[in-house]
Amino acid sequence: MRILGILVCVATGAMLIWASGEFPPWGDPNSPASLHVSPRYIEKTMEETSVPNAVTSVLADYRGYDTMFETTVIFAAGVSCFMLLRLFSGRERSSHHYRHILTGLTLRVRRKGKQLPELEEFEPMDSLWTPYDLILRTLCRFLIPFIQLFALYVIAHGHHSPGGGFQGGVILGASMILLAISQDMRSALRRIRERTLAIFSVAGVAIYAGTGALCLILGSNFLDYAALSRIFPVDPVGARSLGIFLVEVGVGIAVMATMIVIYHNLASEGFLDEGL
Amino acid sequence: MDRILEVVIAKYNYWIYIVLMMIGLYGVIAKNNLVKKIVGMSIFQTAIILFFISMGMKKGATIPIIIHGQEASVRASDYINPLPHVLMLTAIVVAVSTLGVALALAVKVYKEFDTLEEDEILEKIRKS
Amino acid sequence: MTSHLPALVVTVPLLTAFAAFAAGWLRPKLCFPVGLTGLGITAISSIWLLAEVLEAGTVTYELGRWPAPWGIVYVVDRLNGVVLAAISLCAFIQWISSRASVKSQFSDRIGAFYGLELLFVTGVMGITVTGDAFNLYVLLEIASITAYALIAMGGGRAPLSSLNYVFMGTIGACFYLLGVGYLYIMTGSLNMADLASILQGMRSSQAILVAFVIIIVGVWLKMGFFPLHGWLPNAYTHAPWPATTLIAPLMTKVMAYVMMRLVLFLFGPEYSFGVLGLKDVVVWWASLAVVAGSVIALSQKDLKRMITCIILIEIAYMVGGTFLGNRSGTTGAIFHLVNDVFMTLCVFLAVSSLAFRQRELDMDTMEGLFSEMPFTMGALVTGALSIVGVPPTCGFFSKWLLLKGALEAGHYEFMVALILSSLVCLVLFFRVFEAAYFGHGERSHGHHRMREAPLGMVVPLLVVAIGIVALGLMSGEVISSIIEPALPRGVL
Repeated sequence: MRILGILVCVATGAMLIWASGEFPPWGDPNSPASLHVSPRYIEKTMEETSVPNAVTSVLADYRGYDTMFETTVIFAAGVSCFMLLRLFSGRERSSHHYRHILTGLTLRVRRKGKQLPELEEFEPMDSLWTPYDLILRTLCRFLIPFIQLFALYVIAHGHHSPGGGFQGGVILGASMILLAISQDMRSALRRIRERTLAIFSVAGVAIYAGTGALCLILGSNFLDYAALSRIFPVDPVGARSLGIFLVEVGVGIAVMATMIVIYHNLASEGFLDEGL
Repeated sequence: MDRILEVVIAKYNYWIYIVLMMIGLYGVIAKNNLVKKIVGMSIFQTAIILFFISMGMKKGATIPIIIHGQEASVRASDYINPLPHVLMLTAIVVAVSTLGVALALAVKVYKEFDTLEEDEILEKIRKS
Repeated sequence: MTSHLPALVVTVPLLTAFAAFAAGWLRPKLCFPVGLTGLGITAISSIWLLAEVLEAGTVTYELGRWPAPWGIVYVVDRLNGVVLAAISLCAFIQWISSRASVKSQFSDRIGAFYGLELLFVTGVMGITVTGDAFNLYVLLEIASITAYALIAMGGGRAPLSSLNYVFMGTIGACFYLLGVGYLYIMTGSLNMADLASILQGMRSSQAILVAFVIIIVGVWLKMGFFPLHGWLPNAYTHAPWPATTLIAPLMTKVMAYVMMRLVLFLFGPEYSFGVLGLKDVVVWWASLAVVAGSVIALSQKDLKRMITCIILIEIAYMVGGTFLGNRSGTTGAIFHLVNDVFMTLCVFLAVSSLAFRQRELDMDTMEGLFSEMPFTMGALVTGALSIVGVPPTCGFFSKWLLLKGALEAGHYEFMVALILSSLVCLVLFFRVFEAAYFGHGERSHGHHRMREAPLGMVVPLLVVAIGIVALGLMSGEVISSIIEPALPRGVL
């Protein structure tokens, strides 16, 4: 297998390098890629979509259809992880661990079966527990709201600065995963339940496809945001900017929910009780 | 000698990405451990992403966000090509999704066979 | 509304997938009807679209109302239209037929399973209808990721087979993406029609040659063309029956369509067949692939694995037929694509009905099946006859065209491979029918009561079987009105 691998890689690599002899030099402003299709995006983005960030306008408007399917891909990955790994019957353990909240004393209760109910002064612990670190837990609890605020800024400001739905959605998802890592998965699941996450992930992509369908119903082509000017009080160019914002929100919601779903299912091997 | 140096300086970025790609491809084909294969696949996809990004570069140009206040006189050669960046946003998301599904499958394989080495798994299959 | 049909054909399954997934969390009983409605609308739209194309010529649809090459356009011509109609009908029939299987195996995650199946149909429909090279990659990945997950639900060895499919499939798709990148860096465009016109002037470029080779190798990887077929037998055999009956007829055939679209329309017949003398090399290789596929299929003992390996033979026919380079060969390959969707569907649905009742598909337990399950076995016989190529089933006419094309092009080795593989298929199916009719076991030869599969499985199966015969009887009109005019002018 090794020799086959080396042969295939060397042959393919040699063929690819031979082809690169004809490529335009790096950074050439007169290459076909820079001259043929993309100048229009840069020159017309302000007057056609009133969005200064050319990447966002190309992503969500000119080639918005691709982005819809890209959101569907991430949604499909989340659904796949859920479908493959999720087990509803719960892990059977022979003993459970508890920690006294005030003193930090840990107990091990030997009793078979699923998780015991939560007691007032004791909190359940993961069986692969890491030592209790007050500084880490408190710091993360302080940081998470700011992370989420920054994520919302990234989503909303995607028109004028690098950012947009995907980036903001991933940061939002990362904030909840940080909660799951620094505390434990049960507290993260208490904040945002599995069913809510599922509905969010569908709702996010449905917002995107729904905006496109709305444009279809309003008489124009699929995903032609200029049609939105018929129901919102903006001119067609502003309607494009509005449409881009709507779909970015949808994308952000879908990506956030999917990232959290994938993390939960992978880290807890489908049981959604504890992980990492 | 000068000609060769010229060619190398103009094109070395493409060669780097091709070498990275082939390292990833070798990982997928030749490695035994399933997670190493997944990592190789990820390297392969990342190298393609880097390749696309490098083709959008223009000398002396800035990021493709129209500078506030200069909206009236936009010249395409002042801003780098946004299209490869857009395409690669999509490709990154696709790569992450494939990675997620591959890891979920690796977890399932581990639950079934108790090992992640491909030769041991094939041995167990042949015995049963 | 009719002018929006190209968008509807892809958007309806997409929205239906979301509805089915949401229904799985809120009200699981609604998943099946929701999907049925969505797929029904899709099938009707694609047939209507085909009728429109036959009447008015190529239909173009600009998404977001941006003209090509700045926006994404959907282009539906005759080649597209007929493949769209075939796959949407196949998906609709399979949905009805697999209801009992899905309910018995996946009732706790039925929303997710149905949602992923609908997303797979979306991806496959989108691959067929798109006119943009990068959009094709994204839709290909939708179809692939959902296929990986659906295949891995089989339990036991299924996750490992699916993981192997993940590795090989991702490499194939990434090769396609790399090739598109090479084309972009040389031409600056992603739209297929635009690329075709720019590439006219770049025939002697080495980068374009490497792009062509990489794209075709990537597509062959995803198609299961020998020797890049290693993932196919394991993945389709270990998958659960509802997933196999959906994915096996559709995935590889749509990749064959992609190959035809690229070879005939993007790169053009003169380039694809002329460069490097590829025409002869590929046809020789395809003949080898046909023989290899036949040998692999002959050596299988399990019935499901055997019919999976027959797909390898069919794919090799399509590759060889396309690269024969003349009208008969290409027409034969296109018609064979449409036929194969239905033939594979018929055979897989029949064997899945058998598996639903019998639970074990060994040659020993198959005795007496003709009297126990007459309708299912009748449909299996029809599918088998079509694969072998017996008139008046449709398989005969497509094989006849392929033989004619091979004769005209002087590729006698392809003719020999075609005839040899037909004989091998005959032997394969004869073994099955002999075991089912005469029987090997110690069970008595008494009268077996009829214990058919549920009605929801038998009726769609009979519809497909009748459809195969009807397609064969109408093959003359189908070929002359749909397929012949679909070929570009450069094909002699």
